[in-house]
Amino acid sequence: MIELFSQINGAVSSFFQINTYLQGVIIMMCINIIAVLGMSVLTGFTRLFSFGNAGFMSIGAYTAAILTVQFKVNFIFAIIAGALFAGFIAYLLGSITLKLKGDYFLITCLGFGECVRVLFNYMKGTTGGSAGYPGIPPYSTMLFCVICTVLAFFIAWRFIHSKYGRNLTSIRENEMAAEAVGINAFRFKRMSFTFSAIYAGWAGALYAGYLMYIVPNSFNLAKSCELITTTVIGGLGSLTGSVFGAIIVTVLPEAFRALANYRMLLYGLAVILIIMFRPSGLYGYKEFSLKRFIKGIINLPQNAKLFWERITGKNKIKANKGDNGND
Amino acid sequence: MTNTNSPVLEMQNVDKHFGGVHAINDFSVKIERGKIHGLIGPNGAGKTTIFNNITGIYAPDSGKIFFMENDITKTTPHKVAQLGIGRTFQNIRLFSNLSVVDNVIIASNMDAKYNMPQAIFKTAKYKKLEAYLREEAMDLLGFVGLSDKANERASSLPYGHQRKLEIARAMALKPKLLLLDEPAAGMNAEESLDLVQFVKEIKSHFDITILMIEHHMDVVTNLCDHCTVLNFGKTIAVGTPAEIKSNPEVIKAYLGGDE
Repeated sequence: MIELFSQINGAVSSFFQINTYLQGVIIMMCINIIAVLGMSVLTGFTRLFSFGNAGFMSIGAYTAAILTVQFKVNFIFAIIAGALFAGFIAYLLGSITLKLKGDYFLITCLGFGECVRVLFNYMKGTTGGSAGYPGIPPYSTMLFCVICTVLAFFIAWRFIHSKYGRNLTSIRENEMAAEAVGINAFRFKRMSFTFSAIYAGWAGALYAGYLMYIVPNSFNLAKSCELITTTVIGGLGSLTGSVFGAIIVTVLPEAFRALANYRMLLYGLAVILIIMFRPSGLYGYKEFSLKRFIKGIINLPQNAKLFWERITGKNKIKANKGDNGND
Repeated sequence: MTNTNSPVLEMQNVDKHFGGVHAINDFSVKIERGKIHGLIGPNGAGKTTIFNNITGIYAPDSGKIFFMENDITKTTPHKVAQLGIGRTFQNIRLFSNLSVVDNVIIASNMDAKYNMPQAIFKTAKYKKLEAYLREEAMDLLGFVGLSDKANERASSLPYGHQRKLEIARAMALKPKLLLLDEPAAGMNAEESLDLVQFVKEIKSHFDITILMIEHHMDVVTNLCDHCTVLNFGKTIAVGTPAEIKSNPEVIKAYLGGDE
C-alpha cells in the first residue's frame, strides 16, 4: 500500500518536477493546514481558545506510530485511529472542562497539552520517552498529504455551512441568545472541541509518517501557540483564511531561511501588525472569493496607495475621496 | 392530554434571592391561553428576574413553574426554548456578525433534522430541509417586513428593525409562549404605537400567548388583557390595565405624581 502510494507520488512529482525539498515543504504545509482548520473551527467559529491542541497532535502521532510499527496496522487505519483517539480524549476533557466559563477552559487546555508531553516523556516503555519513537513507515507522501488536506477542507467546509456550523457561530456571537433559541451550548462547544482535536490528531499522524521519528517535545506549548497565531493571522471565522494563514506560516520561514532563528519574533510581529491593521485577520468573517481577488488585483495601484495613506495616517479625507472615485 | 382551559404558564409562590436582595418574593401568576399578560413595575422590581426564572437562566430558590402542565422549575435554558418558550432580551441580543436571515434560520435549528454524514455529503434530504428552512425564514422576515434586508448584517440594522428581528427570531422557534422584555424600550410615542400594532398582528397570526415586561403605559393599556404590578419583588396589584391604573397603591409606587 505504502509502496503503491510512493510510486504514484514519484510519478506525479517527477511530472510536475517537484524536488524532494519542495515536497517536504508541501507536506509540512498540508499538515499545518489540517491542524489549523481544526483550530479555526474551535477558535474562529466557536470563540474557544485552546492552548492544548499540540497535545492532541501528539496523541494522534503516537497512536498512529505505535499502531503501524508495533501492530503492523495499515497506515490509513492507523491515521483514522489516531485522529479518532485524539477526538475521544477531547470529548472526555471537554465534558469536564467546557462547563467552566471563560479563561478556565483555556488554562485547563494549556495544562492538558503539557501533561501529554510530560506523560509521553515518562512512558518510556510505549513511547520511547524523550529518546523518541523511531522506525515509523514513511506513509506521508506528498500526494497522500494533499489528498488528506483536500478531504479535510471539504469536510470542514460542509460542516461549517450546515446547521452545525451555524449553531457554533451563534454561540460565538451570543451564547445566551443561542440558548434562548434552543441550542445546547455545552454540547455544541464539546462537538467543536472534539472536531478540532480530530483534525489535530490527523495532522499529528501525518507528521509522524513524514518525519518517521517523533519526540514528545515537538508537540510543546510553542506548537499550540503557533496553531493559534496562524488561525488569528488567517482570520477568525474564515476557513479559506486559515488555509492562507497556514501556507504563509509554513512558506515564509522557508523563504527566509537565514532568519530562521527569529521565527517566533516574526510571528509576534506579524500578529501585532495584523491586530493593528486588520483586527479580524487576513480574511476575517469572509471566505476567499475569486471575484473580489481579481477586482483587488485590477485596482492594486490605488489600493496600495490607500493602504500606504492609512498606515502613515496621512490624508484620511483624501483617501476616502479616492475610494468614492473608484466606485 | 392538555386541558384547553389550563393556563399556558403557571408560577406558584416563586422566591429568588441574590445574597441579601430579595429579588422576587412569593410570586404567583397564571397566564391563560391566547392572552397578553403585562408585567409592570419600577426598575429593580424583579421583572427580568421572573423572565430568567421561567427561561431557566437561574432556578428559583423555592416555588414551582409549570408550562403547559409540565414542571419547568429546574429546566435549562435550551430545554425551555425547545419546549416552546421564545424570548427577547431587554438589551437586544442578536447574532450581530451574521446576516439577518441567518439569525432566523439558527432559531429553527430544531427543524433541521439531518445528521452529520447527511450534511457532509449534502444528500437530497439535507438540501430539501435547508431550502425549506431558508424559505420559512424568508416568510417570517416577510411577515415582519425585513425581507429586503435579509442579507445584511444584523448589527447594521436600525434599532427598531433589530427589535423586530429579535421577535422574528423568537417566532422561528414556533413557540406557544412568547416573552417580550421591554419591547418598546427606547422608542418614541409613534414607534411604540407601531410596535403595538406589530405585536397584535403577531399574536393573531401565530395564535400565541404573550407575557411582556413594559414601562410604557400606553403600550400596556393598548395590548394587555391582564397585568401584574411588582414593586421590590412583591406583587402589589393584579387586574386589567384600567383597574391597575386606578389602584392607589400602584399610583403611589409606580405612576408617581402624574395623576
